[in-house]
Amino acid sequence: MKFDKYEWTAISIMVSLFILVGFVQSWSVSLVILNMCIISAIMTMGVNISWGYAGVINFGVMGFLAMGGLAAVLVSYPPIKESWQVGGFGLGISFILLVSLVTAVYFINKLVEKKSHKYWLNGLVIFFGLLIIRYFFLNATSKIEEVDPALAGFLGGANLPIIFSWVVGGFFAAGVAFIIGKVALGLRSDYLAIVTLGISEIVVSVLKHEEWLSRGVKNVIGLKRPVPYEINLQSSDWFINLVIWFNSSKLNQIIDLDQKQQILNNLIINSSSLLVKLNYAILFFIVMIIIYYFANKAQISPWGRMMRAIRDNEVSANAMGKDIVKQHLIIFVIGAAIVGVAGAMLVTLDGLFTPSGYRPLRFTFIVWIMVIVGGSGNNLGAIFGGFVIWFAWIEVAPITTFLINLFTSGLDPQNAVRIHLLNSVPYFRYLLMGLVLLLILRYRPKGIIPEKVRHS
Amino acid sequence: MIDFINSIVVLLNFIIIPGLSYGPQLALGALGVTFVYAILRFANFAHGELMSFGAMITILFTWFFQSQNIGLGVLPTALLALPFGILATILLGLVSDKFVFKYYRTQKSVPVVLAMVSIGVMFVVNAVIRIIIGTNTIKFSDGQKFIMKAKEFKIMTGLNEGLALKSSQVITILITIALVTFTFWFLQKTKTGKSMRAFSDNEDLALLSGISPDRVVFITWLIVGTLACVAGTLYGLDKSYKPIIYLNLVLPIFASAIVGGIGSPFGAVVGGYIIAFSEITVTYAYKKFFKYLLPDSLEPSSLVQLLSTDYKFAVSFTILVIVLLIRPSGIFRGKVL
Repeated sequence: MKFDKYEWTAISIMVSLFILVGFVQSWSVSLVILNMCIISAIMTMGVNISWGYAGVINFGVMGFLAMGGLAAVLVSYPPIKESWQVGGFGLGISFILLVSLVTAVYFINKLVEKKSHKYWLNGLVIFFGLLIIRYFFLNATSKIEEVDPALAGFLGGANLPIIFSWVVGGFFAAGVAFIIGKVALGLRSDYLAIVTLGISEIVVSVLKHEEWLSRGVKNVIGLKRPVPYEINLQSSDWFINLVIWFNSSKLNQIIDLDQKQQILNNLIINSSSLLVKLNYAILFFIVMIIIYYFANKAQISPWGRMMRAIRDNEVSANAMGKDIVKQHLIIFVIGAAIVGVAGAMLVTLDGLFTPSGYRPLRFTFIVWIMVIVGGSGNNLGAIFGGFVIWFAWIEVAPITTFLINLFTSGLDPQNAVRIHLLNSVPYFRYLLMGLVLLLILRYRPKGIIPEKVRHS
Repeated sequence: MIDFINSIVVLLNFIIIPGLSYGPQLALGALGVTFVYAILRFANFAHGELMSFGAMITILFTWFFQSQNIGLGVLPTALLALPFGILATILLGLVSDKFVFKYYRTQKSVPVVLAMVSIGVMFVVNAVIRIIIGTNTIKFSDGQKFIMKAKEFKIMTGLNEGLALKSSQVITILITIALVTFTFWFLQKTKTGKSMRAFSDNEDLALLSGISPDRVVFITWLIVGTLACVAGTLYGLDKSYKPIIYLNLVLPIFASAIVGGIGSPFGAVVGGYIIAFSEITVTYAYKKFFKYLLPDSLEPSSLVQLLSTDYKFAVSFTILVIVLLIRPSGIFRGKVL
């Protein structure tokens, strides 16, 4: 992993921006942005692997993120025993029935020769099979949803540390991606974009409305944390001593004891929240570095070379005996899995799972803008894109407010235009994102840090 | 017998009339998408925002006319404002083409890049709309709201079930018929229409025979802008205007276009109806319908609903996926105008 001059410049600009925010706004803001930047960078790497390496378009980012989020809930939430008692049996039966339905369809497809017979038989079996499953399933789920609807009303999870969900989330997303890939890969790229976008909408709407599984629009709150709680930190001696040691010069100047204690308390509260955020940042950073390391290794490996060959010229790669359909499926699944990891991390950071929060504009298109802006095909570029775009996404609001105030300073503060503009500050970020995307696509189509051409 | 008529009225009121008015909105949108796809050769993700933009301009002019007390009596004022909306939408299309799409067309970029570019346009237009008009729900239909109210129908026929007919629904259907007929006439009979079909079929051959590409592109945006604005305004009139809805509408519109066979105008219209009707029929609770048809002893206890209404959007996508699997080119073998 050797960076050239240009890449070092990009990295140092990003670092100095965070330091600048730390000094100008506050370190807390800086860390909050940093955490989301790292998660965005992981999402972008996931997309970059399928799009940048192999040219497989994946507009289902939102769905895979949501699957990761679901994993976070299912892994960490304590199981709700009552729900399992009332609905577990029915769910089990419907699951067994579903498996037998799938095997039945599989054998019909294998054994029946004539095509028209096949369609009819399949249709009939699926229709009546689903009807029977529906009966057991709806019974079970409605019972589950009736269990203490205000607090529970779903199955709960496995009560494991939430950090496991980062892996599980990857597998969840990979599973969904496998099904999507089996169905949709092989379509033309713009069809594939539309289909993946649509399927991700379906995934999210399932999570929104299957309350027995994910609590739906009632959201799951109070998830566990992989890092200590602020309250616990504030009462532990080592932390208080650390804060005192850290600020000793400042505290020593104050003579009044009461005042000293008050300042110390404030410092402890502030630094506990800072430390928690820093812990998150460190954890996320480790994950990012691991993924980056392997993604880079994969890119320069023979496998990566094959992927580039497939991307650049499918026909000749096929002529060289590469199984394109299979490789496309593999890389689509890998990319989705990484996005799933990011989804689990996102929910871990928030501590809550809100299925209705998954919107394509925010979770699919912005991630794509990150990839395009950063530089598709280059992992560092993808990370950089994630950082820059998320940073801009957050910082546009204060900057626009400042600019609007500056330009309308001649106007009366109650001026309708001025108030209207100030009210629509949040929408300027969409404007900026669109303009950035258009400009980059026009004048630097390979992204800010373009892919390196390797001659090997 | 009365029960049978009652059940038919239930179907009419809750499935057929809503379907007949939702179908055209999708169909007009899908027609626009199909035009862009067939002639400019990319999937235009910004089409929903184009519709939204047209509806927004129409609303602004409606407000203006309302403040000047200019109206159409029983008809909604929006119809008077519609031409201005259409002009603005066409202008937006042409501007976006001149400054954005044209470059990639001359570069002969791959369709995916153009799709990405259209996402950029989508973001920009989206932001402009929100900055101008905000994100609130706006109802701008005025004039006479109902042609027939459910109550009047009950009194008129003496049936148990009512049948409501909103004027916006009738307007939607009439305008759609007019617009679609005109589009087909234009494509089949006029010289320009024929040259557009030739351009879509084989660009090089069309250029060789002296068809001006700039003119074809210009006419395309004229048609697309008109269709988008009308579709957006009609949707807003029928339901209500909300910027975010149009983003969600892009997906069913794409589904309609692809199901019908993308690039085929006739397919787009049929696709729109297929999607609209399947969304409604699959999520409707048939309890009332069966109550009238079946004897009392067989009366269903559940809602007799195939899927809950929450999955409305999922339905269009399931159909899309099935069609793509069985017949990837769509029902009417698309790709050519």
